[in-house]
Amino acid sequence: MIAVVGLVVGIVLGLVLKPDVPLWLEPYLPIAVVAALDAVFGALRAFLDGIFNDKVFVISFVSNVVIAALIVFVGDKLGVGAQLSTGVIVVLGIRIFSNVAAIRRHIFHA
Amino acid sequence: MPERFGAENLGAERSDANRFDAGKADSRARLLATLRHPSRGQAVGGVLLGLLGFAMVTQVQSNERDDTYAGLRTSDLVQVLNGLNAQSRRADSEIAGLERTRRQLTDQTQARQAAVDRAKDQAQTLGILAGTLPAEGPGIRITVNDPEGKVSLNNLLDAVEELRAAGAEAMEFDDSVRVIAQTSFEQDDSGLLVDGHQVDPPYVIDVIGDPSTLSSALNFPLGFSYDVKANDGSVKVDKPTTVKVSSTVPATAPTDATSGQ
Repeated sequence: MIAVVGLVVGIVLGLVLKPDVPLWLEPYLPIAVVAALDAVFGALRAFLDGIFNDKVFVISFVSNVVIAALIVFVGDKLGVGAQLSTGVIVVLGIRIFSNVAAIRRHIFHA
Repeated sequence: MPERFGAENLGAERSDANRFDAGKADSRARLLATLRHPSRGQAVGGVLLGLLGFAMVTQVQSNERDDTYAGLRTSDLVQVLNGLNAQSRRADSEIAGLERTRRQLTDQTQARQAAVDRAKDQAQTLGILAGTLPAEGPGIRITVNDPEGKVSLNNLLDAVEELRAAGAEAMEFDDSVRVIAQTSFEQDDSGLLVDGHQVDPPYVIDVIGDPSTLSSALNFPLGFSYDVKANDGSVKVDKPTTVKVSSTVPATAPTDATSGQ
């Protein structure tokens, strides 16, 4: 319940404040958002599996975001930032799909 | 159990299959129960989810607001810049070509306009000389009184010739008969015929030209005025500021003569 409220509060805050993305953050924010989404779906699946732990969720959330940003950062330094971003997005996308498939089985039994 | 969180590896889904049968009955119930009873773990999750929502909305908005180039890397920007440069070069050369065409068309139009103006001027000059256009300008108005009826056709013809020699540009008898190169002068029983129209004394001749030259052309010794006086008539010469020659003759194209050029 609180999680849903937090999500709603965050979205409303973003809509109301309309913050500008700092220039240094601009390449990393989209990847970070996708990584965080992956962590959230993973957490939801773990919750439905009955193995949810809030400490693990926090650590995985933060590490997902940091590692995704780090990969993009290193890729930019190496000159393959665009390709590496694509790779990260693809991997995270596959994970999100598989997690959502498990969640779907739990909720709809199908 | 905490060490197996979520699906941290992609192979997790298969091992979940065993758990699936046991857990599916209560997973919905657990979801509903958690929605009803908040806990500390949920608060942490809520904060993180709030962060995610905030970041997501921010990114979506900046993505929609951003122009095309903000997120591009240096090499991409260089490529875009090169493309734009080539495009602007093409546009420049296109502009130059179009301006050249416009200049040519303007020149042509001006030349054509000048030719038309010249032709119009010429047509007007020739029309006045040939008698097809009405004319007005400085000149004299000659009135010949002939109470005895002794002024002859030859006298009038002399007058016309002398006026022509003095530079008359347009001439008219009795405000109705234009005198041109082909005008005929005849005499029959009823009187004088100018171009087939009968004219009766007093004869009135309107002449456009230099007034002093024209009037002196009539007055030299043994000239027109002298002849008329000898025939018991009188000549009156007026010099109005503007003489109007309003009668015209129809233009006729020459049938035999062609341009010698």
